Amino acid sequence: MGRIDMTSVTKRFETGDSVVTALDDVNLVVQEKEIVTLVGASGCGKSTLLNLIAGFETPTAGQVLVDGRIISGPGPDRGVVFQQTALFPWLSVEDNIAFGLSLRANRGKADRQQVVERMLQRTGLSAFRERRPAELSGGMRQRAAIASVLAINPSTLLMDEPFGALDSLTRSIMQDFLLEIWEEQRKTVVLVTHDIDEAIYLADKTVVMTAHPGRIFEVIEVNLPRPRRYDMRSEAPFIALRDHVTRIVRTEALEGAAIPAVD
Amino acid sequence: MTSHQTRPAETRLPTVGKPRDLRSRASVVLQYAIFPVAILALWEICSAIGFVRRNVFPPPSEVVSVWYDLVTGATDLAGRYSGTWLDHAWASTWRVFAGFGWGVTLGIFLGPLIGLSRVTERVLDPTIQMMRNIPVTAWVPLSLVFFGIGNAPAVFLIGLGAFFPAAINTTHGVRQINITLYKAARMMGADERELLSRVILPAALPSILNGVRQSMGIAWVLVVVAEILAVRSGLGYLLNDAYLFYRNDVVIAAMLSIGLLGFLSDQLVVFFRDILLTWNKRETFDGQN
Repeated sequence: MGRIDMTSVTKRFETGDSVVTALDDVNLVVQEKEIVTLVGASGCGKSTLLNLIAGFETPTAGQVLVDGRIISGPGPDRGVVFQQTALFPWLSVEDNIAFGLSLRANRGKADRQQVVERMLQRTGLSAFRERRPAELSGGMRQRAAIASVLAINPSTLLMDEPFGALDSLTRSIMQDFLLEIWEEQRKTVVLVTHDIDEAIYLADKTVVMTAHPGRIFEVIEVNLPRPRRYDMRSEAPFIALRDHVTRIVRTEALEGAAIPAVD
Repeated sequence: MTSHQTRPAETRLPTVGKPRDLRSRASVVLQYAIFPVAILALWEICSAIGFVRRNVFPPPSEVVSVWYDLVTGATDLAGRYSGTWLDHAWASTWRVFAGFGWGVTLGIFLGPLIGLSRVTERVLDPTIQMMRNIPVTAWVPLSLVFFGIGNAPAVFLIGLGAFFPAAINTTHGVRQINITLYKAARMMGADERELLSRVILPAALPSILNGVRQSMGIAWVLVVVAEILAVRSGLGYLLNDAYLFYRNDVVIAAMLSIGLLGFLSDQLVVFFRDILLTWNKRETFDGQN
């Protein structure tokens, strides 16, 4: 479960009289249990691509299939982690985690209390279960948000710059946290980021995109051994990959500097 | 998880500006008391030195005595109004709450319809926006023609006035909802009803209750208007009747009674708001004092 097939996907947005092509003829396969990261200059359509898989947008042309079925809208099989943490400010941490399982659509899927306990423990938030999101640090908030999505047990995790708002130390801790979770649960993960180190560190495949119109420039196999370690970032294979991706993204960003970006 | 990673606002903030010992508590009482006491003193002095005529503008001491008789009927200082306060106060209070009740209920019901659907917005919103520019007092003649003299026009006018802030703030609150929360709930599988009851309404609640508070304020304004023009009971009626009989002491006592009951009603709304919205205070300036 969790295989994604995108064939000849084009997405255009009409704003007033102008038409912006956010994605142009994009083909991408994400295998089950694979971590794929999307990286590129702003305006390359990486968030649009994620929104298409999530079902928040529909393609103008082409097909997006999840496990062989055309996506008709958002659903609990594809859990989305947003950059702006999607926690309900009026609910405690544990009620936020329990939210998905308390919906009618997910009734009877799992023992709610048991899942909540497990998630609290797994994210180290047990002591903060009664806190409201506003009382948590940024890293804790994002862990709670991830826990609330994992609680509904989606086969695919779609993450839109999930650690973008965090400081760099917390971000690297959260990256390892995500990898740990992935080692345990082996979900398909599609993660959008503008942080090239993050894109390589997490990925089985890094998709480098270019803008105007949004296209896939290159799909890079990241053949670094798993589990990943923080030290790998300073080793030659990682650096070679990073330089390669950086060159593409930088060239693109410099060329596109004159064109107004649409994300 | 190390403990220094979290410093919850809850344990840190309320100590700021909160009285810790008797002296600062006394200073807080003083801060509350100084302005009203100064006004009362100035007013009393102005009467005592003859700067204002006592029968035109009676001093606070006389107003208090008359007020006491209005409530208890013990001294007959209030003459024909002696001991009638409770009946009038009750008449006004229940009219306020009856009108407030229907106006606010309708407003909170229509708000999400206008805020969430373009169709209902086109159907209802222009009319509401136009109607809210008609002062509710301009409805007095028509409502008297329609409902006659009595409670009905009063409750109608109060409800009409209470409706607009509730409806407009609910609409606004519903439109201001963080789209990420909405998307997250849809992604998790929430159906329309769950989106409304578990995401939209809770998220709009601060704005809704803000509107409800304004509605309560307007309700007390309109009960006085209605009681002057449409009914023969209530504090507004007492005020107007005492004015016709040149009993300015009773007029002022009635004014202060309206102010007091209005204040208490507002505090009631604030009380419920604070219970419902404990989550909404922490990150605001209001939460730190």
